[in-house]
Amino acid sequence: MATDVHRPVIPSPEATGAVGSAQAVHVEGLTRSFDGRAVIDDLRLDVRPGEFVALLGRSGCGKSTLLRILAGLDRDIRGTVLVPRRKAVAFQAPRLMPWKKVWRNVLLGLPGKPQRAVADQALEEVGLSHRSDAWPKTLSGGEAQRASLARALVREPDLLLLDEPFGALDALTRIKAQRLVGELWQRRGCAVLLVTHDVEEAVLLADRVLVMDDGVIAHEQTVDLDRPRDITDPRFAELRAGLLERLGVDTAAEAA
Amino acid sequence: MSISHAPPGPREPDISEISKQGTQHGSQQGPRQGADLDLTPIAPASSRRTRVPRSLRRTTGPLLLLALWQLLSTTGVLTPDVLASPGRIAQVGWDLIADGSLPGAIGTSLRRVAGGLLLGTVIGVGLALASGLFRVGEDLVDAPVQMLRTVPFVGLIPLFIIWFGIGEAPKIAIITLGVTFPLYLNVYAGIRGVDAQLIEAGESLGLSRWGLVRHVVLPGALPGALTGLRYSLGIAWLALVFAEQVNADSGIGFLMVQARDFLRTDVIVVCLIVYAFLGLLADFVVRTLERLLLQWRPTFTGR
Repeated sequence: MATDVHRPVIPSPEATGAVGSAQAVHVEGLTRSFDGRAVIDDLRLDVRPGEFVALLGRSGCGKSTLLRILAGLDRDIRGTVLVPRRKAVAFQAPRLMPWKKVWRNVLLGLPGKPQRAVADQALEEVGLSHRSDAWPKTLSGGEAQRASLARALVREPDLLLLDEPFGALDALTRIKAQRLVGELWQRRGCAVLLVTHDVEEAVLLADRVLVMDDGVIAHEQTVDLDRPRDITDPRFAELRAGLLERLGVDTAAEAA
Repeated sequence: MSISHAPPGPREPDISEISKQGTQHGSQQGPRQGADLDLTPIAPASSRRTRVPRSLRRTTGPLLLLALWQLLSTTGVLTPDVLASPGRIAQVGWDLIADGSLPGAIGTSLRRVAGGLLLGTVIGVGLALASGLFRVGEDLVDAPVQMLRTVPFVGLIPLFIIWFGIGEAPKIAIITLGVTFPLYLNVYAGIRGVDAQLIEAGESLGLSRWGLVRHVVLPGALPGALTGLRYSLGIAWLALVFAEQVNADSGIGFLMVQARDFLRTDVIVVCLIVYAFLGLLADFVVRTLERLLLQWRPTFTGR
């Protein structure tokens, strides 16, 4: 149940809501301005169900704004944005409620009266079941991020939005967390949109890497390497170099 | 006991040995491996001072003061109509407890404080919720409250006596007024100080407006609310003293006013001690509340 309406796609920008069922995210003509300056300008984006998409870009290019819009946290927008009803976000900071124990944080906002077992199962999945009863203040950075991930997964999302979730982790923890996200995605089969500034991370995890610039998707790169991917693979390095160049060229053009 | 890592045996201390030229002294003592440093032991902190435990040392000061007071009283330097002796005060305190007048007075005073505190908490927290949670509430409530806050509440006693007579009502009203403002200010600041990132996270988890208030805003405002409660308790005792010394016929304040008329400094001091103990008790209650309710705080170190 990715999207609600199933109708032939009409190639007309006025036909809002007309989306084929083979999309988990459909964004068209999206514009978001801050004080008259368009951070996102007539953006178009489609994500298939189960697809892992990474969104790269310089800081301030609007990639986090786009994610916040998809999460429904920013509604001062113009254009069409269609997202599945069941979606979840993991932020760069874990944003756990410090006054709730880990398992209560995981269950927070779930409809009905969910049992603790539901939370424990999600925590088990991220390898954190032993900290279920802990206060968030006692978690390490990696543990807190995993708890945040469990909180997102327990919602069984059709779309998982990740806003630089590994940004604040140390290098070793980051490698483990990346691997975990890859495994969870393969197991769950939900669509993932990962906002990051780490090109290697994007190539490692994503089916498709998008580069955002000037408020639009400026470049798109499909990654068809076999999983699990090997950083030392020459094709990996090639893709990585290409994307870096893409980002580098953009900064050079900006400076000129 | 001390363990020295300095090499044993006779050795002339020579600063120049530290430098590289240490070899020329070698003929006298024979050079040890590398430069021969003058090592001094660092004694572990626990071995330095033992003897008197700290808690005992801390009680010595007040006890000495008490002894001095008793000494001055017995030698007649301090006459009873200036300040009664500690022994006399203990005796009077015991008598007052025995004949039931002190427990009665404490009961009356506690009832007044409890009543004022309850009313003040309801009003203060209610107003803070209204102005903290809703824009409209803020616009309507905050300005008047901030204006009223600047009026010294003790100054309202005459007005309250005209309005409420001389019974319990004006006393409870004055305590209520004193309690309301610190609670309002701290709860309001607590609500407005909740981390916007957490609110956003709550939103993204699908919490309703009420869910956000219940699971994010109110717990986040709790530290502020408890600070407010602490201030409020302090002010409640202060207000009680004022209220009871004007026109009371029962309570601790009344006991004091009566004692003043008979120059009974011993009774006055007993009442002051009671006030102090009640204040301590209130503080203890709030600190216990904080320990129970704020265990989650990263800064919490009270265990």
